[in-house]
Amino acid sequence: MSGAQTPPTEQAAGTAADSPPVAPERSWPLWEVFVRGKRGLSHVHAGSLHAPDAAFALRNARDVYTRRQEGVSIWVVRADDITASSPDEKDSFFDPAADKIYRHPTFYDVPDDVEYL
Amino acid sequence: MSSDVSPVNSTNAPAESEESLPGAAENGPSGELPEAAYLLGLADDAMVYAQRLSEWMTNAPQIEEDMALGNIALDLLGQARALYPYIGSIDGTGRGEDDYAMLRDERDWRNVHLVEQERGDFADEMARLLWFSAYQVELHTALTGSSDDVVAGVAGKALKEVRYHLDHASLWVVRLGDGTEESHRRMQAALERVLPHLAELFDDDEASVTAAGLGVGVLPSSLHDAVVGRVRRVTDEATLTLPEASSWRSRGGRAGIHSRPMGYLLAEMQHIARSHPGATW
Amino acid sequence: MYGNDVIDPNVPLNAAETAAYDEAAAHVEGRAVGEASAEGFDALIAADQRIEPRDAMPDKYRETLIRQIAQHAHSEIIGMQPEGNWITRAPSLRRKAILIAKVQDEAGHGLYLYSAAETLGVDRAELLDRLHDGKQKYSSIFNYPTLTWADNGAIGWLVDGAAIMNQVPLCRCSYGPYARAMIRVCKEESFHQRQGFEILWTLMRGTEAQRAMAQDAANRWWWPALAMFGPPDTGEAAKGGGHTEQSMAWGIKRFANDDLRQKFVDMMVPQADKLGIVLPDPDLRWNEERGHYDFGDIDWGEFWRVLRGDGPCNAERIEHRRSAHAEGAWVREAATAYAAKQASRRQESAA
Repeated sequence: MSGAQTPPTEQAAGTAADSPPVAPERSWPLWEVFVRGKRGLSHVHAGSLHAPDAAFALRNARDVYTRRQEGVSIWVVRADDITASSPDEKDSFFDPAADKIYRHPTFYDVPDDVEYL
Repeated sequence: MSSDVSPVNSTNAPAESEESLPGAAENGPSGELPEAAYLLGLADDAMVYAQRLSEWMTNAPQIEEDMALGNIALDLLGQARALYPYIGSIDGTGRGEDDYAMLRDERDWRNVHLVEQERGDFADEMARLLWFSAYQVELHTALTGSSDDVVAGVAGKALKEVRYHLDHASLWVVRLGDGTEESHRRMQAALERVLPHLAELFDDDEASVTAAGLGVGVLPSSLHDAVVGRVRRVTDEATLTLPEASSWRSRGGRAGIHSRPMGYLLAEMQHIARSHPGATW
Repeated sequence: MYGNDVIDPNVPLNAAETAAYDEAAAHVEGRAVGEASAEGFDALIAADQRIEPRDAMPDKYRETLIRQIAQHAHSEIIGMQPEGNWITRAPSLRRKAILIAKVQDEAGHGLYLYSAAETLGVDRAELLDRLHDGKQKYSSIFNYPTLTWADNGAIGWLVDGAAIMNQVPLCRCSYGPYARAMIRVCKEESFHQRQGFEILWTLMRGTEAQRAMAQDAANRWWWPALAMFGPPDTGEAAKGGGHTEQSMAWGIKRFANDDLRQKFVDMMVPQADKLGIVLPDPDLRWNEERGHYDFGDIDWGEFWRVLRGDGPCNAERIEHRRSAHAEGAWVREAATAYAAKQASRRQESAA
C-alpha cells in the first residue's frame, strides 16, 4: 500500500485518555459477497457491504446484490478473513508458469490429418 | 415467560364488539359481498402498510436498511395489487387496483389500525413488523388451503415473502432487545406501544366468519395462538418482556372506522390521482 | 446518477480539502520510493490496464479517486431524496412500485460505490461524516426541488440521461473496483431513464394539465441537466483545468465535459421532439456544418452559486441525510453491541 489515506491528525484524534468517548463512529465490519448466478456456475465475487454480523451480511447481500434475480446462492466472508497474494509477490508467484508452455495442447506438433486429437 | 395469558386477548373488551360502534355499517362499507369485504381487509392491510414502510426510504438507520424496508414495502404492495383486481371481479364493480387505492374514501377502507399508525422510531417499526409479519405468516399458511384458487395462489406467493419479513424483523428485535441499554429500553417501549393495536388482527368480524364458512378465508381468532407463539420466541431470545395487557384496544378498522392518521395517509397517497379525475399516469 | 457538476476543475472544493491536498502533494514529492514504485503504475496506465486495490499507486491518484468515488456515492444517496419524497404520493400503484424500486437502486448504487472507495483504504463512516459535515460534495443537480409529479419523469429522462452519458465512460476507468461498480450501475440505470421517458410520454398524451406539468418540469430541469456535465473545458471558466487534464491522463476521466454535453444535447433533441416537449432554449438549432446542435449559454453564475451551497435545497438535503443518520445511531450501536456479545458468548462456550 502506498501510504495512508487519512491525514495523521485524524488518526490521532480521540486518543487522549481524559477526553470523553466521542471517537468517530466506525462502520460495521466489511463483508465480501460471492453470488452463484445459476446452478452449474461457481460463486463469483459481486462486491462488498457492511453488516454487524454474518446473519445480516447474508440478508443485506440478498437485498443489495440479487434484486434482479442475479443469484441462487450467496456466500459472505469477513473481508478481514481473506488472505490475498501481494502484488509484491506477483513475479515469483506467477511468472514461473510462463515458460511451461508444454502444459498447453497447442505446444505439440501432430499431423493435420489425424482426427479427434 | 411465566404467564400463559395471551398478551392480545387479555384486553378488557370482548372481540366481537363492532355492533356497538357508532356508525358501523351492518354489512360492511357500501354493502359489499362478505367474501369481497374479507379480501379487501387483507389487501388494505398490505396496501396501507406498504405505504407506511415506504416512508422509511431515505430515513433508515443504515443505507442497507433503506433497501431492506423498500423490498418489504414492494412485496406488500405486490400483494395488494394482486388482490384488488380480483376483488373487483367478484364484487361486481370491475374496479382496478387504482380505483381501490386512489379513489376510496376513508370509510371504505377495511385495514386494521395497526398498519395505519404513523411511523415511529425504528424500534416501533420493528415491533409492528414483527407482529404483522408473524400474523401474515400464519394467515397465508392457512390461506394456501383456501377453496378459492386465486386466493390460495396469492397466499402461496405471499408466504415466501412474509417469511422473509418475519426473519428480518426477528433479527432486528433480537439485536435491539439484546444490544445496548438504550436499544433494550426503546424496544421494550415499542412493544408496549404497539400492544393496543394487535387485538384487531384477531377479531372475527362478520366478513371473515362468512369467508371462513365458505372455505375461502380463515377465522382470524384461529391464528392468534400461533402468532403469539412466534412473537414470544423472538422476544424471549431478545431478553424482552412481552407486555400482557393494555388499558385500551383499537377497533373498527374492518368496518371502516379508522384512527386519526388514516385520513392524512389517504390525503397524501391520493391527492395527485384525485386532482386529475380520469387521467392516466 | 451522477454528473461532473460537483467538480470545479480549478479550485479545491473547500478549505478543508485544500490542506489535505497540499499535504498529500508534499508527501509525494518528498518521497523517492514513491517515484520508483510509480513506474509500475505508469506502465499499467500506459498499457490501459486496470489498477487494482493492492497495487502501488501515486498518493494523488488515490486521493483523487477517493474524492471522486465518494462524491459519486454521495450523489446517489442524496439523489434518493428528490424522488423519495414522491413515493408516498405516486399517482398509481404501478408508479409507486417503480419509484420504490428506483430509489432502492440509487441506494444500491451508493453502496456499490462506497465499497469501491473503501478498497482505497477509507472507511464508509468517515466518508459519510465528510458528506454530513459539508466537506465533500454531491451532484449539484439534487439541490433543485421536485415540485410536481412530472419532475419524476424529467429526472429520469434528463438527469439520469445525463448521468448515463457521464457514467458509461467510467466503466472503462483505470481503477478496477470503480470500473466494475460502474458496470453494475450502468446496467441498472438504463431502466431509470426509460421509466422517466415513459412518465413524460404518458403525461404528454394525457390531459391538458398533464401536458403543462410535463412541459414545466422539462423547462426547469433542462438547464441544470446540461450543467451536470460540469464547467467548460476551455475558455474563461476553464483556466488552469488541472483536475480534468490529470484525470484524463490517469484514465479516471475519458471524455471532456463539453464533448459529453454536446453528445447529450444531440441525443435529447430528437427525443424531446418525439415527446412533443419544447426544450427551453431559443438558440437550440441544428448546425449542418458542425453536424451537431448549437445551444445557448449555460448560466454558470447560477451553477457556481448552487455548487457553493446557495441552491434551493442544499440545506434541506444535507439536513435530511444528517438527521436520518443521527436518529439511526442507537440502532447501529445496538447491532454492534449484540455482535460483540455473541462473539464473546461463542468464545466462552468454546473455552
